[in-house]
Amino acid sequence: MNDETRYILSDAARGLDVPTRRLFLRNALGLGTLAMLSGCDVVDGLSAERVLGAMSDFNDRAQAWLFNPNTLAREYPARMITRPFPFNSFYTPNSPDLAPRIDPREFLLNVTGLVERKDDWTLRQLYALPRFTQITRHVCIEGWSAIGKWTGVRFSDFLARVGADRHAKYVTFRCDDNYTTSIDMATALHPQTQLCFWMNDAVLPRQHGFPMKLRVPTKLGFKNPKHIGEIAIGNDYTGGYWETYGYNWFSGL
Amino acid sequence: MTARSLARPRRVTIHPLIVRLCHWINAVAMIVMILSGWAIHNADPIAPFVFPNAITLGGGLIGGLQWHFAAMWVLFVNGILYLVYGFVSGRFARKLRPISLRDAVVDGIAALRRRLGHADLSVYNGVQRLLYAGVIALGVLVVASGLSIWKPVQFGWLTWLFGDFDVARIVHFAAMSGIVLFLLVHVAMSLLVPRSLLAMIRGA
Repeated sequence: MNDETRYILSDAARGLDVPTRRLFLRNALGLGTLAMLSGCDVVDGLSAERVLGAMSDFNDRAQAWLFNPNTLAREYPARMITRPFPFNSFYTPNSPDLAPRIDPREFLLNVTGLVERKDDWTLRQLYALPRFTQITRHVCIEGWSAIGKWTGVRFSDFLARVGADRHAKYVTFRCDDNYTTSIDMATALHPQTQLCFWMNDAVLPRQHGFPMKLRVPTKLGFKNPKHIGEIAIGNDYTGGYWETYGYNWFSGL
Repeated sequence: MTARSLARPRRVTIHPLIVRLCHWINAVAMIVMILSGWAIHNADPIAPFVFPNAITLGGGLIGGLQWHFAAMWVLFVNGILYLVYGFVSGRFARKLRPISLRDAVVDGIAALRRRLGHADLSVYNGVQRLLYAGVIALGVLVVASGLSIWKPVQFGWLTWLFGDFDVARIVHFAAMSGIVLFLLVHVAMSLLVPRSLLAMIRGA
């Protein structure tokens, strides 16, 4: 999608009410008619879906209000690390064999939107950034959880380096496996939110998001995108892959 | 007030309007929470079984979560209202005390021998006192454990009280199971003594 198309889509989406926006986005992802006919709708009847959609939007605001930028996720001792760390994908079948193969020499990270420096980043440049390590719990929306050790650059430091507008509303991640999600700026600036390149003291494995994932211990697992190829800063709601199907957007922990 | 209405013998209200409203709002919200919770549970079962899809709400994980996180506000606000009223008005103190396992066993045996009277529905027997107080405690527990798995970072102290995230999940499931067991007994009893069901609708 080029910039112009994206602009037209976001502009059109803003004019619609929320449930329509969801249906619209579903269409925009090319899943439209099939998904609606095959019973992917949450409940029978548009009115129930509308009420539940409105409640989900209310929950976005409630969670943003509950979110304390100074509250840290619990850190665990190394002996509690979950091995092997579970693999879960948005694509089916749920197989690590389908994870994208990315050539580290060719890889470029794009930074777009409301930033002062839109230069692409090579992996060598990213690996040279100051790093920190956290051992935190990854909580999946399905209910399972697992503890891992993640090393990488503090995301707020990275945003400062690229001169991101810290007053922008959203940070959107577009991934090399075509996954997409977005988070609020307050969470992006949280001290534990991390652009992660290493996991359990090794280079982030392919199935867990090589070359980089966003580690957000204050959000559910699906808000921790893998194989990030583009980071975009902006004020237009961009949603995400699962959000289009009805997962709550904020999904804070 | 007219003379006629004064002359009419006054019916004693067993359940004031606010209690009846709270009861039925809670009944709907709790059932929505239970059935949608089963749909959520099935995405990653902690019990050695899954709930049949036909008795879950939401059609799967996504819809289950949407129902659960919508009905939770109704359950929570209504529950707070009920608890505040129960404590402040003295209703809990009046109706639910004393809570004693011995009373419950004695009255339970009497009930099984059909020797327990239900003439005065405004006074709870030992079984009722224990079960009603118990299910209120389970309601508090299910909400507290639910909050601790919904917000294990923001309410980290609560999750810590339960041990950790995984333990809180089990507590949440166990509290739900207790409430479902209560519900089965409660509905059966109200059908055996239909006047008690009418009292919860009409107030007397």
